[in-house]
Amino acid sequence: MSALFALEDLHVSYGKAEALRGVSLQLNQGGLVTVIGRNGAGKTTMLNAAMGLLPARGRVKLDGVEIGSLEVEERCERGLCLAPEKRELFGEMSVLDNLRLGAYSRRDRGVDRDLAGVFSRFPRLSERRRQHANTLSGGERQMLTLGRALMMRPRVLMLDEPSLGLAPLIVREIFRAIAALRATGVSILLVEQNARAALETADYGYVLETGEISTQGEAKALLDDPKLVASYLGEG
Amino acid sequence: MNLDIAAILTVDGVAAGAIYVLVAIGLVLIFTVTRVIFVPFGDIAAFAALTLAALNDKRLPGTAGLVVSLAVVASLMEAYALYARGRVKTIPRALAWYLLAPLILVAVTGGLSRLDPPVFVRALMAIGLVLPVAPLLDRIVFRPIADATVLLLLIVAVALHFALVGLGLLFFGPEGVRTDPFVDASLTLGGVIISGQTMLIVGAAIVFSLALYAMFGFTLAGKALRATAMNRTGARLMGIRPARAGTLAYLAGSLMAAVSGILIAPVNTIFYDSGFLIGLKAFVGAIIGGLTSYPLTALGAVLVGMLESFAAFESSALKDVIVFSLLVPVLIWRSLLSDEAQEDVEE
Amino acid sequence: MSALSPRALAIVAIVLALAAPHLVSAFYVTLLNYIGVYALVAIGLTLLTGVAGVVSFGQAALVGIAAYATAWLTTTQGLSPWIGLGFALVSTLAAAALIGLITMRLKGHLLSLSTVAWGLAIAFCFGNVDGLGNFTGIAAIPPIYLGPISLGPSQRIYYLILAVVVAGLWLARNLLDSRVGRAMRALRGGALLVESVAVDPFRARLTAFLLAAAFAALSGWLYAHLGRFVSPSSFDAGAGIEYLMMAMIGGAASPLGGLIGAALITWAKNAIQDYLPLIAGGAAGQLEIVVFSALFILFLQRARDGVTPYLAALLPWRPAPLAPAPLLPRRALPSPGAPLLTLEHVERRFKGLIAVSDLSFEVKAVEILGLIGPNGAGKSTTFNLITGALAPSAGAIRFLGETVTGKRQYVIARSGIARTFQHVKLRPRMSALDNVLIGAFGRLSSGVFRAALRLNRAEEASARHDAQRALERVGLGARAFDLAGQLSLGEQRLLEIARALMTDPILLVLDEPAAGLRRAEKQALADLLRDLRGEGLTILVVEHDMDFVMNLVDRLVVMDFGCKLAEGPPVAVRADARVREAYLGGVA
Repeated sequence: MSALFALEDLHVSYGKAEALRGVSLQLNQGGLVTVIGRNGAGKTTMLNAAMGLLPARGRVKLDGVEIGSLEVEERCERGLCLAPEKRELFGEMSVLDNLRLGAYSRRDRGVDRDLAGVFSRFPRLSERRRQHANTLSGGERQMLTLGRALMMRPRVLMLDEPSLGLAPLIVREIFRAIAALRATGVSILLVEQNARAALETADYGYVLETGEISTQGEAKALLDDPKLVASYLGEG
Repeated sequence: MNLDIAAILTVDGVAAGAIYVLVAIGLVLIFTVTRVIFVPFGDIAAFAALTLAALNDKRLPGTAGLVVSLAVVASLMEAYALYARGRVKTIPRALAWYLLAPLILVAVTGGLSRLDPPVFVRALMAIGLVLPVAPLLDRIVFRPIADATVLLLLIVAVALHFALVGLGLLFFGPEGVRTDPFVDASLTLGGVIISGQTMLIVGAAIVFSLALYAMFGFTLAGKALRATAMNRTGARLMGIRPARAGTLAYLAGSLMAAVSGILIAPVNTIFYDSGFLIGLKAFVGAIIGGLTSYPLTALGAVLVGMLESFAAFESSALKDVIVFSLLVPVLIWRSLLSDEAQEDVEE
Repeated sequence: MSALSPRALAIVAIVLALAAPHLVSAFYVTLLNYIGVYALVAIGLTLLTGVAGVVSFGQAALVGIAAYATAWLTTTQGLSPWIGLGFALVSTLAAAALIGLITMRLKGHLLSLSTVAWGLAIAFCFGNVDGLGNFTGIAAIPPIYLGPISLGPSQRIYYLILAVVVAGLWLARNLLDSRVGRAMRALRGGALLVESVAVDPFRARLTAFLLAAAFAALSGWLYAHLGRFVSPSSFDAGAGIEYLMMAMIGGAASPLGGLIGAALITWAKNAIQDYLPLIAGGAAGQLEIVVFSALFILFLQRARDGVTPYLAALLPWRPAPLAPAPLLPRRALPSPGAPLLTLEHVERRFKGLIAVSDLSFEVKAVEILGLIGPNGAGKSTTFNLITGALAPSAGAIRFLGETVTGKRQYVIARSGIARTFQHVKLRPRMSALDNVLIGAFGRLSSGVFRAALRLNRAEEASARHDAQRALERVGLGARAFDLAGQLSLGEQRLLEIARALMTDPILLVLDEPAAGLRRAEKQALADLLRDLRGEGLTILVVEHDMDFVMNLVDRLVVMDFGCKLAEGPPVAVRADARVREAYLGGVA
């Protein structure tokens, strides 16, 4: 089966420095793939390049079709969505408006139902629905980012460090939400520093080190890999 | 000063204020969608007045030359940008929008100007001819730096104003114009005569204010437009196109600038450089509204009109200074009100 | 890279400048004179706009005040131009002080808009106030006399202008490398950063504004006695934006850039006036301003940083070696166990939302206290209340026995509370050492005059030595001259701690210092904090990383829903059932 979403030989440079060197990965329909790595390994660069926010050499394919020349907005309309590390919320708008804007480019009628779904999954957001987004705490902003991405009804959802800065209890909630999301048919590319939680949720994993994929394999196998355990899995 | 004079000054003040309302809410519209404080707004209004005057004299307005020049530059820039991004196939469509559409507008208006269309049609032609100016300026000047700080955009806008004044002199010449009123009727209210022109201006101000207020306060489309200014990347990730939002805002802004221009043309003598003062005074009203609220902006603009009217009665020479010196206390009042949690941190 | 040293270049430049009147024609001498006069305004503007971040469209109006002041005094009152200089300076600085006191509290684009307003208002007065010649201006202004020698001829006044420009550059450079200058340089990092190092942002901005006004006044005085004629059109809005252009094109943050910008713009205007008629024929007059503005817009689109970065790349900057010097005096630290910071029934409300409610706890001297809790618990709000970024809606906060409730951040910073930020706030284009030196503001005392005249060398040497020590303390001693923007996140967090240490604090308040750090870096940070406690510092840490916190702190305060949930030693808190349920979720 050909992959739903694939990066082929992606290169990104910042001036003379190469941030990504020939990164390739694949995500199948209904799958959950994770890319783990340290701070500065290039994970955010990879996602931003896949979304079109950064210029890149190489190929980005959705449904086997090359989308590398499309603008960010166009990729989004085709079903590729990003929940970025910096959240990029609309600070002076309410939680409710932020969520509704997530559904902006949708043409179907399920918006209200999805809205109710987000609020039931994240009751804190429901409590704060009329507050401005910039009055939310760090963790609540992360929930809002995820909720807004859900409202987009994506086919492929890329998550950039969803657990960053969150208390342990909330982290578990987030990962439960991700698993539930996958059950609804969304294919997920998860980038995380919290390697253990990520590998426990994913089918397949890649390890990114200084711009290159150093290891890849079934998530379960990676969890038991002694080298990885020493470097990454001792944390979080 | 007795009650009669006060009444007349009030009517004058409301009439002037209504013009300022149109300009001020246009400024707020452009700012809330693009973060640009569009200093040349007044200049475009002045161009509209000059365009109408030229059409009245059955001359081809200088605006035609201006629009054609801008269209050519914008098309070249867009074509090159698309080519550089490897999207050559979309170039024809871009050219249709940036080159063909303005040229058609100019051609139609040019053709019609030889005939003698009624006043109403001439007004529409003037509006139509001025309409492409702001969106084209956006493409040439602001789109390449759309993510710059508000300050840098302000500096660029000021520089653009000077360029437009120079272009205004080039295309329109140094003479001032004054057109005939659209409506000759008048109304007497409580002993004061209100001209038909004044009612037209006030009517336009009310209509546009309500429209913008409704659109931005209550519709999702309006919120999407505002979102592009709040967080450009965030908006793009939702599939909202900031470039398109900007063009829409500038088109609407152009429309309001044009309408205010042709409405003020019968009231004052307009020169190629009259736009700046109009824009500056309206701007005081926009700041009273905090550059965000349409109702407050409209109120502020009316206040400015009233202040100018009464100040002119005391001293005609100083009335301009009084009005724009008002900007400082208003700015201070505004900054005291808003607890700016976010700061423009630069590198 | 190249073998040119900045000093050699400067000497060559000065020699050429001294010889210029004998090398070039009279026309160019006049051009150079005007370049010099405009350069003074540009230099002042680089301090105000480039360094302090205040974009001013109104400098031309200030130049006009000085020019008109001396013109009026020397023509109608017949006094000497040297008295005119005094009068010009006083008039301009008085006006600037008034304007500054009223407007420098504004921020960002609101402040810039206010400069448009008063710039226009003042310029308007030049043409409309009686006694100033209205639109024809004032003519027949006498030249400056040096004893019996008249500086009327352009070759002679050239040397005075040259001397003033060189002196201006020297003064500006000295200022930037001083306590006052660093405070101004920090302004662009935002009010939070500035106040955290005990700088009052209003005073720093006002200082920059007055300095720029002084430069403008000098320029106005020279302008009047150079051209011997003043009229309103030289000081209008168009002139205002031209000065801004000069400052920006040269390279907004560099005084030398101001000189370069003035030269480039003046030369460009001349060139356009000469060559445009060849291309555009009769339309040239109207097109001049169009071409000029279009070129400026192009510049702003493409090369916002100006010309100087390119020059800086050619001239390698060698940092001054750090000579040993006596360290700065330090505060006496309180004895262990004494109550240091007390929160009593503190509450903070935001429009109906209660972020912090009835919060009371105490930080004892010489301990490490951790503040933890789920997201939205109110930790950040509490943090901001302690540092003064927010004022409590109710309750009291006391530090060292004194009430600090509602005091400004910079006052609290000066009394001994230093903080770091969750998202690192550094000046990326300044060196690590300079970033740390920013923290010394409250411990040094040189003002503008001592800094400008380099009378502060002893104090500066001590401060630099102390800063180097602070860097070594956090393990960044070798990176002193690297740009802060080039450091890794972990190193930047350490740099922030060094800057905080530089303020000679009693209490160090850290906002998620371990976020984003690797394991080894977290260990190093924990070791550093323990060492600092050993030296008598008290530390309050807000954190999420449980491993990091549990092994480091002496006591914990747990918050949830804005209230204090639990307090005590780590082991006890960890075992507390309520804490486990709310925060740890059963995970030990």
